[in-house]
Amino acid sequence: MNGNRGIYMDHAATTYTNKEVLEEMLPFFTVNFGNPSSIHKFGRDVRKHIDIAREKVAKALGADPGEIYFTAGGSEADNWAVKGAAYANKNIGNHIITTNIEHHALLHTCEYLEKEGFEVTYLPVDENGLVSVEAVNNAITDKTILISIMYANNEIGTIQPIAEIGRLAREKGIYFHTDAVQAVGSVKIDVREQNIDMLSLSAHKFYGPKGIGALYVRKGIKLINFVHGGAQERGRRAGTENVPGIIGLGKAIELAANNLEGYSKRMTALRDRLIKGVMEKIPYTRLNGHPVKRLPGNANFSFQFVEGESLLLNLDMKGIAGSSGSACTSGSLDPSHVLLAIGLPHEIAHGSLRLSLGAVNTEEDIDYVLGVLPEIVDRLRQMSPLYEKVRGGNTNV
Amino acid sequence: MYSEKVMDHFSNPRNVGEITDASGVGEVGNAKCGDIMKIYLQIEDNIIKDVKFKTFGCGAAIATSSIATEMIKGKSLDEALKLTNKAVVEALDGLPPAKVHCSVLAEEAVKAAIEDYMKKQGKETKPSEYIGIEPNEEECCSKCERKCR
Repeated sequence: MNGNRGIYMDHAATTYTNKEVLEEMLPFFTVNFGNPSSIHKFGRDVRKHIDIAREKVAKALGADPGEIYFTAGGSEADNWAVKGAAYANKNIGNHIITTNIEHHALLHTCEYLEKEGFEVTYLPVDENGLVSVEAVNNAITDKTILISIMYANNEIGTIQPIAEIGRLAREKGIYFHTDAVQAVGSVKIDVREQNIDMLSLSAHKFYGPKGIGALYVRKGIKLINFVHGGAQERGRRAGTENVPGIIGLGKAIELAANNLEGYSKRMTALRDRLIKGVMEKIPYTRLNGHPVKRLPGNANFSFQFVEGESLLLNLDMKGIAGSSGSACTSGSLDPSHVLLAIGLPHEIAHGSLRLSLGAVNTEEDIDYVLGVLPEIVDRLRQMSPLYEKVRGGNTNV
Repeated sequence: MYSEKVMDHFSNPRNVGEITDASGVGEVGNAKCGDIMKIYLQIEDNIIKDVKFKTFGCGAAIATSSIATEMIKGKSLDEALKLTNKAVVEALDGLPPAKVHCSVLAEEAVKAAIEDYMKKQGKETKPSEYIGIEPNEEECCSKCERKCR
């Protein structure tokens, strides 16, 4: 990436804002600053651009512009979709189906709803992180009002059988929401074809700005309004719009959609080079997530006998930015719920590393990582009392 | 998030390794919690002549092990037994609250190694005196019930 070997491989945490995107946003801070709700020309001009951005988001998803609601990001979209659908349909039922590997924005929302009297089924996943469509089907009761299953996992990258779940949900007449925060911009999505009723996305995962996202809500879906106030977002999410953010989201998703095939292909090739190299060079290593059904830029490994944070610190000293599990959990000492859900024992889950690739990464970056990572893992293993037991055959554990 | 001192001991840990035929070995922690410390002592005439460690754990776990070995090297057993987790934290110019349990582990590992030595010597040990320190509430390991009584 640059001469200082500053290699960013944490794109699943966030991406930089694309220059073209930023340039498109800038006038909306200074020149086109009007309030889109105002009747005068300052307001009307901005309104027009918000409408264009909404069309771009809709087009990228195969939706209608009227089905797109801007939010402050992915977490808000998840909260709105799940709480909104739960409360709006509680006269029909109180049961929600999700998985045990969702993002905390989803899991903690479900836990909150449980306290409010809703019942939630957290479906398990297999060792690759896949949920089975059959398990979803078996979990459905006459009280089920919502199925919410993430499109692709933020930690291990596994992509779920969204179209199959969508078909099932549609047949049963149950709402289907998917948290597609990690998928949008990397994977082809068509909400009509895949029978998706609601979808969450966030701009800063695909080279847009932070603090802006969207919830797609299929026409006819009953949802409680999220923010009460003015008439913004058709009265469902009040508050003066984050105009520069919306413009940025529109531009970012347009670029992502236009470049989807090439980007995804390039990321997949880099990812596979990284995975192959790591698996060949470092013994006692496990690839987490599905080998094929995974996000183009996601690689996630567990290195036995080493601990993730010391691995990250060492990588950081070599200029490589990665993550262990999810950035949101790095303040916590517990191993990731996702890695435990795919059956990793605690001690192996502790030694995990996620490298998520993006537009700036090159083959040279991958080769640099492949050059330094084995050394780092080995150094930590030489220091580890767990490794000594393996090497020495000392079973005095 | 870590002090320079912590980063120094993490990137250049002192006294890493094993001592064959060590006078005493202490191992504390468990892999489930994400940290294990093992301390080897070579003791002559009640003095810690040499000390080595091996640690599986986060940056703070490695740094606390490293500095603890430095703090007890050349000391008498009585002096080494006075090592507290607070002293370890201070010597590292502080630790983030979530990582204070690592200093507790370091203290425990030193005491476990000395206890092992005493046992081998056939000396009467009073584990309660050395092991089972009672950390303050906020120093309590939050991720497992290991030593939070």
